[in-house]
Amino acid sequence: MSNIDYPIAKDNDSKSIFKFLVSELKPRGKWITPFNVISIPIMLLGLILIVIRFWKGIGSITNLTQDVPWGLWIGFDVVTGVAFAGGAYVLTFMVYILNMNKYHSIVRITVLNGFLAYLFYAGALLLDLGRPWNVINPIIGNNFGTSSVLFLVAWHFLLYMIAQLIEFSPTIAEWLGAKRARRILSGMTVATVIFGITLSTLHQSGLGALYLMAKDKIHPLWYSEFIPIMFFISSIFAGLSMVIFEGSISQKVFSNQINEKHHRSHDDILHGLSKICSVAMFAYFFLKVIVFIHGKHWQFINTPMGYWYLVEMIGFVILPMLLFFSSYRTRNILMIKLASIITMVGIIINRLNVTVIGFRWDADIRYIPSWMELVVTLAVIFTELWIFRWVVNRMPVLRESPSWVNEEK
Amino acid sequence: MGLNRRSFFKILGVAGATLAVGKSFGAPQKKMENDIEFYGMLYDSTMCGGCQSCEIACAEAYGLPKPTDEPKIGVLRKTDENRRVVVNDYKTSKGEVYIRKQCMHCNEPACAAACLTQAMHKTLEGPVIWRGNKCMGCRYCMVSCPFDVPKFEYHSANPKIQKCDMCYDKIKGCGIPICAEICPAEAIIFGKRRDLIKEARRRIVQNPGVYVDEIYGEHEAGGTGFLYLTPTPINELGFNSAIQKSSYPELSKGFLFSVPTIFVLLPPILLGIHEATKKNQLKEGGENE
Repeated sequence: MSNIDYPIAKDNDSKSIFKFLVSELKPRGKWITPFNVISIPIMLLGLILIVIRFWKGIGSITNLTQDVPWGLWIGFDVVTGVAFAGGAYVLTFMVYILNMNKYHSIVRITVLNGFLAYLFYAGALLLDLGRPWNVINPIIGNNFGTSSVLFLVAWHFLLYMIAQLIEFSPTIAEWLGAKRARRILSGMTVATVIFGITLSTLHQSGLGALYLMAKDKIHPLWYSEFIPIMFFISSIFAGLSMVIFEGSISQKVFSNQINEKHHRSHDDILHGLSKICSVAMFAYFFLKVIVFIHGKHWQFINTPMGYWYLVEMIGFVILPMLLFFSSYRTRNILMIKLASIITMVGIIINRLNVTVIGFRWDADIRYIPSWMELVVTLAVIFTELWIFRWVVNRMPVLRESPSWVNEEK
Repeated sequence: MGLNRRSFFKILGVAGATLAVGKSFGAPQKKMENDIEFYGMLYDSTMCGGCQSCEIACAEAYGLPKPTDEPKIGVLRKTDENRRVVVNDYKTSKGEVYIRKQCMHCNEPACAAACLTQAMHKTLEGPVIWRGNKCMGCRYCMVSCPFDVPKFEYHSANPKIQKCDMCYDKIKGCGIPICAEICPAEAIIFGKRRDLIKEARRRIVQNPGVYVDEIYGEHEAGGTGFLYLTPTPINELGFNSAIQKSSYPELSKGFLFSVPTIFVLLPPILLGIHEATKKNQLKEGGENE
């Protein structure tokens, strides 16, 4: 039943592997789909804007100011995107460290999602660099700025991408039919997972630590010395909400690839994840309250920024937390999905509050992203989704591994 | 003249001993290092007439466009990618006061701590300089600087960070910064930071009532190379009064120090949990997977 027919490259004939790759690169299925119709023009427009950006400078397509040097591309693409990619380290922790086999069926797609997210957000980072030809300086040579949090984050991005690629590589080996490579690569999984979780712990919090020195620039309701810890805890439920959201869509879009057993177990998986989300959110909420009271921030509540803070805390932390709690008890799948979407919106709001909205909230000229920044951001996301779709349609990410994998055991 | 195995080890031993002994004899050298003192600048705003000579000289020296506007009460002029220094005019409780703004050349600069390529660099002489061959244009220095000093050329395909470097190239050749050289009112003096603080104290003591009893920059942000003498409290002069007294890199130190600890402790803990739960699974009779 699970033995779905799909092409496998022969491992002993290099010519056929080449032919196989060429045939795999060709598009499959219908061209005119709603997704393609929307995404292709945006990607083309984004490409044109990127050319203009490298030709005329960053200021030609962004609204960045001397007061607010990091805008949407950092605040949303990198800081928020990486939080959403946190699902990969949480799930690999559950499956490979805690040996919770229940969640094994969604590990591959989550790691793929995480890997592509990092790849594209690191790519978005290159767009934001004024002098990208020097990007290798902190990696090679004698220009190690070891006192910089950004140095740590940059190295961790690089290493974590490699770790995730290794975690995902058995899937690629199965796709190519490389039996020996698969055996070697899957033997490295636990070691890379441990390495990857350590890296994630440090750079998820490191993204928050980037803003520690901007003490006078971030609104006091969002600045505290606990930013790194809060970024880390929130990355747990941000990542898992993304897993819930992405999983629900994949179940529909790629339903032909998923066998009966996994279809049925998916609701069970969502229940488990929602429980983790609710507990992590409670910890996060508790910490937020402590920071608020400890920082004596009462005088800010009755200001526009204070109302905005309350909207974030009540509407996007307490509400989804309660929804996760109750949906776990009532086993209401729809409510879990709703809660995950609210949580994701809340994470976007929170990260933007620290990086863009609350950053230099007192500046004369407020930074508001230009439509071109938005288009480039969308183009990056769509390109990522294209690659994601390409990989899922070809490699055994959601479907069962080829039969030779089990025979070998 | 072959270098055989034995002589190789001999050389190695001698070299090692020299290194070890050299280190123990390194005490006087260490003292030398302590003796290096940062250069700084003292700006006495009571002497400044707002003539913009420093602005013009600076723009000429660094190939930047000449200033087209003048300091005016109620108008806040800011440094940007085309000017490294600006003079502003403020109406205060003690009448009109001119105030210069430029890089503060902190003792422990946030920009240099933030820079992941060491492009922003605190030199031994004291100036904080920007090195274009290392910079990747990430603008983290701008995010971190509490004084909002580094400015970025947003409209260039090869953008630079623009900021005052205390005329570092001139200082290295035993010269003095162009603005201190040119100032007709002698409102800016250049020298060792310690001497400047002494001089500032002397002026405060000898002219009671002229200055507030505070040298701006002595303790701000952990101490800065650029020091101000002002007739009124600094919050009347457009300074950010929220600037903390301790250094800004201090704020991310705690996080950076925790990194090696986590890197050492977390992996073995994870491995331990992995091993522990694996056995548990065997007991259950791992028929799944």
